[in-house]
Amino acid sequence: MCYVSLRNVNIKNISNFAFQTGYFLISMADLKIALEFGGGAEVLVGNQKVHEVAFPSKNKVWTIGDLLYWIKDNILKERPELFLQDGSVRPGILVLVNDADWELMDTVNYELKSNDRIVFISTLHGG
Amino acid sequence: MSVSEDTQQLLTEIKRLREELAIKEKHLHDLQTEPCNCKYLENNDFTTDEIIRYSRQMIMPQVQIDGQARLKRGKILIIGAGGLGCPAALYLTSAGVGEITLVDYDEVELSNLHRQILHSENDINIPKVQSASDKLKNINNNVRVIPLKVHADSNTLSRIIQDDKYDVVLDCSDNVATRYLVNDVCVMNDIPLVSGSALQMEGQLTVYHHNSGPCYRCLFPVPPPPHTVTNCGDGGVLGPIPGVIGVLQALEALKILVQLPDVLSGRLLLFDGSTTTFRNIKLRPRNEKCEVCGVNPTITKLIDYEQFCGASAHDKVVNIDIITFAEQTDVKDFPQDLQNNIVIDVRPELEYKMCSLPGTFNFPYSLIIKDCDKVRKFVESKVQDGVTDIYFLCRRGNDSQRAMLYMKENINFEAVQYHNIKGGLHAYSKYIDPSFPVY
Ligand SMILES: [Zn+2]
Repeated sequence: MCYVSLRNVNIKNISNFAFQTGYFLISMADLKIALEFGGGAEVLVGNQKVHEVAFPSKNKVWTIGDLLYWIKDNILKERPELFLQDGSVRPGILVLVNDADWELMDTVNYELKSNDRIVFISTLHGG
Repeated sequence: MSVSEDTQQLLTEIKRLREELAIKEKHLHDLQTEPCNCKYLENNDFTTDEIIRYSRQMIMPQVQIDGQARLKRGKILIIGAGGLGCPAALYLTSAGVGEITLVDYDEVELSNLHRQILHSENDINIPKVQSASDKLKNINNNVRVIPLKVHADSNTLSRIIQDDKYDVVLDCSDNVATRYLVNDVCVMNDIPLVSGSALQMEGQLTVYHHNSGPCYRCLFPVPPPPHTVTNCGDGGVLGPIPGVIGVLQALEALKILVQLPDVLSGRLLLFDGSTTTFRNIKLRPRNEKCEVCGVNPTITKLIDYEQFCGASAHDKVVNIDIITFAEQTDVKDFPQDLQNNIVIDVRPELEYKMCSLPGTFNFPYSLIIKDCDKVRKFVESKVQDGVTDIYFLCRRGNDSQRAMLYMKENINFEAVQYHNIKGGLHAYSKYIDPSFPVY
């Protein structure tokens, strides 16, 4: 198992590493969350459904709004407009915070907490 | 392998025998079904056979004879007789719902059978609603099954809804436009909507507009951009996925009819078959400002849903025509000499692996537009070998046009002429060799 501290490290490099390994641990002071993509949204992030990520949380509050841009800059593999639109997710993607619709959690303003699970689920239409 | 005269004759004869059999079975059923002697029953809504048939659910405290009577009075409208509609209709019919109306415009195709469990090999090319209702009547002749072979649009659905009072609607459709249409119809007529969907290894289920819960538009006020939507024909689907979701749609519909609590309203069930996990999500409440179910709705009559979604209300692919006439090659002129001509098949690698024409080369469209170096080097080497004509091929002739245009704009060799095989492999199968599988 890998152990990586994010302090003083360029977050983009770490994210690439995290993406390759799909999993890493960080020190306790950091914000550790699980990102999940489903319903086809995983195609946007290299067909990987689960991403364990961590952010330096010292002096910084991370909102889902920040997270969206972090995803765009770090793990998004497709054109940004397939994921983001006007500072939010594009129509047809549902965001869930710990198994609840993010509309119940103040959407982009929700402040991430350690061990949160944020799910991006594309709605299905087939039958 | 074309349908020979013998085959045609046999098919006709089998069809006639089946109809004859159905008549005799119906006769036998009528002779065997005797009304129950009222002295044994408090509620004489049921025949002896019905009591026996439904006994396993009627002896449940949640159902009882009153619940069964509600089912028998119940009327359900099912939009779509495919992967979701078949299992849903099967369980609702078996459970003894009074009346079930099926709406679907399509005919049964061979590629439907892995998931659309009411249809069989003998039903190819007959309307899905006909095939489904034949099976359902065989399973439970007490149920009034109404097959409607119509395309669900604003006109047909408003007429269907006016003609009858439905207690529950099931959305078992396969496209975004129909989903908005069915939602609006249900809100405007105040009918709970059990909505299911499935693709590849995942399924989703929820109940809209029930017990003051949200509707589809509360969740998705804006339709998704058309190019982000994948259908079963392109993305594929494993049969048991719509099976699971369709069966659960039947369950929720039965709960609504029997008036049981804890219907899946305001919640969304996510089923991931790849890990065999179910997840239950708490959804936002009804949006007071919702355009259709809010306090002051702005959509009060049905609109043009294809226009609203920018997409057709079916899951068929609409053919494009984005290159010049001269660049289109009729499939009958498919190159024989594959030494001096090159055919590039731009389908995804896994489709190419499933079936492909010998002597062709696979460069998936999605990879060409991402990184065209590989295909550039390939074309370069072929040009050096003296190749002057390159043909693009795909499933239906759409992606091959896109790939060709991209190549023309990015990798242009003066000595090379690009061509598109019009209609793709579907046309190849139709006009050259029907043993090439159309999928
Ligand atoms: Zn609504």
